[in-house]
Amino acid sequence: MSDKKYAVEINDLAVEFRTDDGIVKALNGLDLKIEEGKTLGLVGETGAGKTTTGLAILRLVPSPPGVIVGGSIKLNGEDIFSKTEHEMQALRGKAVSMIFQDPMTSLNPVMTVEEQIAEVIELHEDVNHKGAIEKAKEMLEMVGIPGERGTEYPHQFSGGMKQRVVIAIALACSPSLLIADEPTTALDVTIQAQVLEMMKELKVKYNTSMLMITHDLGIVAEICDTVSVIYGGRVVEHGSLDDVFNNTRHPYTEGLFRSLPNLDNRSEKLKPIKGLMPDPTNLPEGCTFYPRCDYAMEICKTVKPKKVYRNDEHYVECHLYDENNVKVGGLIGK
Amino acid sequence: MSEVLLDVKGLKKYFPTKRGLLHAVDDVTFTIDRGKTLGVVGESGCGKSTTGRAILRLLEPTGGQVLFEGEDVAALDKAALRHKRKEMQIIFQDPFSSLNPRKTISQTIAEPLKLHHIIDDNQERMQKVLEIMETVGLAERFVNTYPHELDGGRRQRIGIARALALDPKFIVCDEPVSALDVSIQAQILNLMNEIQEQRGLTYMFITHDLSVVNHFSDDIAVMYLGRLIEKAPSETLFANPVHPYTQALLSAIPIPKVGGPKRERIILKGEITSPINPQPVCRFANRCAYATDRCRSEEPQLKEIEKNHFVACFLAE
Repeated sequence: MSDKKYAVEINDLAVEFRTDDGIVKALNGLDLKIEEGKTLGLVGETGAGKTTTGLAILRLVPSPPGVIVGGSIKLNGEDIFSKTEHEMQALRGKAVSMIFQDPMTSLNPVMTVEEQIAEVIELHEDVNHKGAIEKAKEMLEMVGIPGERGTEYPHQFSGGMKQRVVIAIALACSPSLLIADEPTTALDVTIQAQVLEMMKELKVKYNTSMLMITHDLGIVAEICDTVSVIYGGRVVEHGSLDDVFNNTRHPYTEGLFRSLPNLDNRSEKLKPIKGLMPDPTNLPEGCTFYPRCDYAMEICKTVKPKKVYRNDEHYVECHLYDENNVKVGGLIGK
Repeated sequence: MSEVLLDVKGLKKYFPTKRGLLHAVDDVTFTIDRGKTLGVVGESGCGKSTTGRAILRLLEPTGGQVLFEGEDVAALDKAALRHKRKEMQIIFQDPFSSLNPRKTISQTIAEPLKLHHIIDDNQERMQKVLEIMETVGLAERFVNTYPHELDGGRRQRIGIARALALDPKFIVCDEPVSALDVSIQAQILNLMNEIQEQRGLTYMFITHDLSVVNHFSDDIAVMYLGRLIEKAPSETLFANPVHPYTQALLSAIPIPKVGGPKRERIILKGEITSPINPQPVCRFANRCAYATDRCRSEEPQLKEIEKNHFVACFLAE
């Protein structure tokens, strides 16, 4: 496995938010790897720790109250926790950049869009202002907006176009890693289709690695190579698309699929996961999912499950499996 | 057999703006049968929420008729409308902003009962509140909690409880699960289904999520820029969408499956245009791959192309 190169490698990352109401354990030993040029889908529900993971890679977890308690993050093989803030600034926007969920609030309303794109370029590249503006116009064309509209302000653009501008900013310095935090959630479905199609093309063109943070398994199926399912601040299942979608092992992943309406069989009743996400200030001692799990056993209440590998890539953290069981087919069936 | 509960005829809602009249809902006609669910889908700004609100007269319609059990809601005077509201309720999209933060759960659910003098005795009313809370799966211990203490799923249950309090016949559900996580979304959808079966409720279910609408609705109406462009039973619409916009919309749904046959995806060019002072032409023509000169000079009307399948497109004629 050592011949593979990773754009980002996160090991055993733990992040806490120390608030007056207690310690929120946002990430509890998160592992995550993205191979160069590949796209990883990070799937989970509100409060699972998806966005915190994205922010941690940029070292932008707000502090206080956020504290990185342990673990390591390597970007292109370099440990980011040993870098100075100045060095981090040189990485952000250049080596790694992020697209935020809400295009309405992530642009500056009193700056023209070409100025906003040019800002990143001037910061990281050896160009003058005029050159940067020219490059900004090229970037706009690349995301399908006529270059002459660069002199307009964000409010003159529709939601889909604003998100294209945000993507243009993120890609302006051809980062090796792009973190996309729910990039299409605020968009209508036909516009979402346009934006996803464009992201797919750009990914191939620039060989960009991507972390796609989403709650939408449909988008994952469309655009990702590997998937990590996150629950209670840990990756509970990880594998290739085929592993996770067609050889689902973790009861939580299974629950997510069963909660989705099936387009081919509309009379099929939805089978929601019972209960709610655990309170992150008071996580269960053993497996964080056991209070909602249909297969929970005694051991799940007290002992944290370890990773069990089904193949080189696919693993699951669940007491239902041992090495052999997870390979042949497992206990739960769809 | 089936009986029409709601008959909407030529419903219009225009908003005056500085740049002209915004045609939010333009001549929309449809019916909903008793005990059935009509899903209304479309993108932001297509007029689906405005339609729901104009039916309940939370917004005054600019024109048209809303016949509820044969009586025109749009023509009722204030007192009569207030009376009618008991039978027509709404569940809002955002469970965070649609609840009064200064009222406890029981106060919120009791309010309609109090306002309409359904139950004037305090104790009896409380009894009813507890009953409703049980129906929607809210534990009794939440009686005196405030909305901010609860998560989105529970808040949406309060919204549903409040709508159910008056035993309505008809509920407009305006994106009731859009703000919720998938596992919670499934819980709420199942709950709404059960309640519908128990009480024979009729729903108008407004959403932008096509896989949810397919699961939930008997019939689906597709709206585009204030116009109803296609309406059919759910199976028919998904199996045989006729309007080019419906086809594109359905093909854009990301499907959570890996492997299997690749679908052909129709990527629409451009975006929804302005609903202000629209020309009397097909409003979809500028994004449509099949548009002809006729589409750019004449407005297609809704026609029944097969039983219960209505389309507003010249191609279908």
